[in-house]
Amino acid sequence: MGDTIEKVSIIISKGSLDAIYPGLIMANGARAEGIEANLFFTFFGLDAIHKARHEHIKLATVGNPGLHFATLLGGLPGVSTVMTHYMNSKMEKLDIPSIPEFIEMIADTGAGMYACKASVDLFGLEKNDFIPQVQDIITVGEFYEKAAGGQIIFT
Amino acid sequence: MSTTTIAATDLELSDEGFFVHPEQWTEDMVPELARRDGIDVLTDAHWQVIRFMRAEYFEKGTGPTVRVLGKTSGVSIKQLYQLFPKGPAKIAAKIAGIPKPRGCI
Repeated sequence: MGDTIEKVSIIISKGSLDAIYPGLIMANGARAEGIEANLFFTFFGLDAIHKARHEHIKLATVGNPGLHFATLLGGLPGVSTVMTHYMNSKMEKLDIPSIPEFIEMIADTGAGMYACKASVDLFGLEKNDFIPQVQDIITVGEFYEKAAGGQIIFT
Repeated sequence: MSTTTIAATDLELSDEGFFVHPEQWTEDMVPELARRDGIDVLTDAHWQVIRFMRAEYFEKGTGPTVRVLGKTSGVSIKQLYQLFPKGPAKIAAKIAGIPKPRGCI
């Protein structure tokens, strides 16, 4: 069975829309293929599972050359909001779920969801700040125990 | 590509085990197809998903993804994974005799 993937552990480390979606799509896609999947949120990636913040995830408009407009422009007030709105409406047309809906769906597929202890401590957060789908706040050592025997994907 | 015989019919299957000719499928093949994917007991909910997959495929040209199944088949995502632990859309498509659904979400 060396040519099949049985398990993946996906780390989401950034908090922008364009940084969160790929990890979620990979996790959801893994479950759809019958692959066991864990999601591990660290640093600003924690925003994806933060009760108050996960509905307000923004597209990165500064330091994002993929947008093909001047960095100076991307930093103007409101630009990130407008671009996020544009991106969200495009995704809605393609029936791509919003981040909160997507995370709930991925939890329903049976994927594990964990927050990184070091980041949680750093930002002064606690379990109650996260959506109920988050199973636990775990250390890096515990993450490796959970990831054992599978592939690790860092995003 | 491989061939196999189910319900006294010679079938052509893709490398992943999906039907190459969906029109060859009949309902009496379902128990054997399900068994091959580790499903020994077929419930009404299994049948509901399998029939839905086929209907969608013939209407739209591709089988639904898990998200679409969850929204439109009447079976929730959680239950879909209980029915087909190895991937609801993928395994149900195999058992329903249609090609693998294409779609990222």
